[in-house]
Amino acid sequence: MRFFPHTEKDIAHMLENIGIDSVDRLFDQIPPETKIKDELNSTKSIDEFSLIKHFKELAGKNTVSDNHSTSFLGAGSYNHFVPEIVPFLSSRSEFTTSYTPYQPEISQGTLQSIYEYQTLICRLFEMEVANASIYDGASSLAEAILMATRITKKNRIAISATVHPLYRLVINTYLTPLECEIIELPSLQDGTINISKIENDKDLAALIVQSPNFFGCIEDLAMVNQTAKEHESLSINVFTEPMAYGLINSPGSQGADITCGEGQSFGLPLSFGGPYLGIFATKQKYVRNMPGRLVGKTVDKAGKPGFVLTLATREQHIRREKATSNICTNNNLCALIASIYLASLGGNGLQTLAKLNYDKSEYLKSALKKAGLKIPFVTPTFNEFVVDMGKNSKEKYNELLSKNIVAGLPLEKYYPEMENCYLMNVTEVISKKEMDRFVDEVAL
Amino acid sequence: MSEINNLTFPKTLFYSNDHEWLKLNEDNTLSVGITDYAQDQLGDIVFVELPEVGKILNKGDELCTVESVKSVSEIYIPVSCEVISVNTNLEDKPELINKNPYDKGWLALVKMKDKSELDALLRKDQYMNMLKGI
Repeated sequence: MRFFPHTEKDIAHMLENIGIDSVDRLFDQIPPETKIKDELNSTKSIDEFSLIKHFKELAGKNTVSDNHSTSFLGAGSYNHFVPEIVPFLSSRSEFTTSYTPYQPEISQGTLQSIYEYQTLICRLFEMEVANASIYDGASSLAEAILMATRITKKNRIAISATVHPLYRLVINTYLTPLECEIIELPSLQDGTINISKIENDKDLAALIVQSPNFFGCIEDLAMVNQTAKEHESLSINVFTEPMAYGLINSPGSQGADITCGEGQSFGLPLSFGGPYLGIFATKQKYVRNMPGRLVGKTVDKAGKPGFVLTLATREQHIRREKATSNICTNNNLCALIASIYLASLGGNGLQTLAKLNYDKSEYLKSALKKAGLKIPFVTPTFNEFVVDMGKNSKEKYNELLSKNIVAGLPLEKYYPEMENCYLMNVTEVISKKEMDRFVDEVAL
Repeated sequence: MSEINNLTFPKTLFYSNDHEWLKLNEDNTLSVGITDYAQDQLGDIVFVELPEVGKILNKGDELCTVESVKSVSEIYIPVSCEVISVNTNLEDKPELINKNPYDKGWLALVKMKDKSELDALLRKDQYMNMLKGI
């Protein structure tokens, strides 16, 4: 696609039209004290080689920067090994511009890759229909809730406190202007959703549960989804670690109406939080209320198979303000990477890999227990769990940081009552040696 | 698309400027659908979002939406009424509108508030003249 920048003349014309004298006036709302007045304090010019060296030195100051550090951080972003075939294939020039394939006659490759992504997602989650992807896990959940309010024509939702705290913040941002009421369900002593706190009414648009939840605990999806049904509400099963579904029962098999969440685990680098992949799948009967785009398989005039964007009439470029949602694009390159990653694992690869994640994290969990630390929740977990590091946990945490070990995510910030608790993630990249070293450090 | 003279417009029906037809039944209820011209312009109809039974509509309100492969169109009701039943056959067979717009492709059955509102609607010749731009 060609890109036409504005000329000086265009800009002058537009400014005149809206009655201001400079582009800077458009930023008047930004408090002046937050704006940079002087030039940035940086060297005027530097050669490329020195610049790369300089940035490498800066990067080296991070705790998690090289092979000499061990990070047990997860909480929505997971450090999985990415086989070389994934960046090799996804960076092929044919995929460089993965812009909206509106013209099927020139976009068959891109369309087919999306179709295969949708198929993989449907099979893994055992859902009937998956879209071409959304921005990330949190926005995917927000869109799922909007979809549930469209279908049920109700505007109250119940969400478990065990859903990722940052996802819940994103939901607030989406729902506050819509006057949608959010009921937060506290968690039980075992770290799972407490559905007995739902009032006995039929006003709920959606009941939202995450599994594995923010504490890593595997929720009883069948029970929660059945409860949603009894309240004539839709069940939304969200996830941050889809790799778990290589091992545990899929949301679709447990009766989910919508399943959505983060797909970063499938071949995407951590890269400071994005771009990630919003996975979204639902039942066929809700397809016309599903946000995002969908690629379908069809035949051309000559009867040959081909792929096209389908149900585009729900989208903003055709329906304008009456569109199903404001999502009018997808994270195509990320979806492509996920497809290549999943395909590269082969038939049973995801299961094997998930088992490895589970086994390793169980090893650390039991070693920590033996070393005298408390594991507050008895519920089974996948590759992430909560550990109570005792009274001097903060000092210990900082001491470990100085030894290039990140002892998980401190939970106090999100759950003030969990003062000395840390969320530990163990993926396939953590070695036994690293875990043993950590246990030695924290043993009571 | 077809020539206007090749399309069918039954004499007994009432027509709106927005290409809906209305049929006054013996029990004073009204059947509502879209005209042969409308279905021809829309092309293959793939989905109909039907209204809820019992819905009260004012003249000009949205009755339902009809989705074709090309577009989604809102169907506006030209009289004030209450929806008393809808053509649920369209849920699985929306193409009935293309095949048979005046019979099997009906959208809804409504009860009018004020029968005199029919006076403002077009009859066959007026509607055809409108289509021809006369």
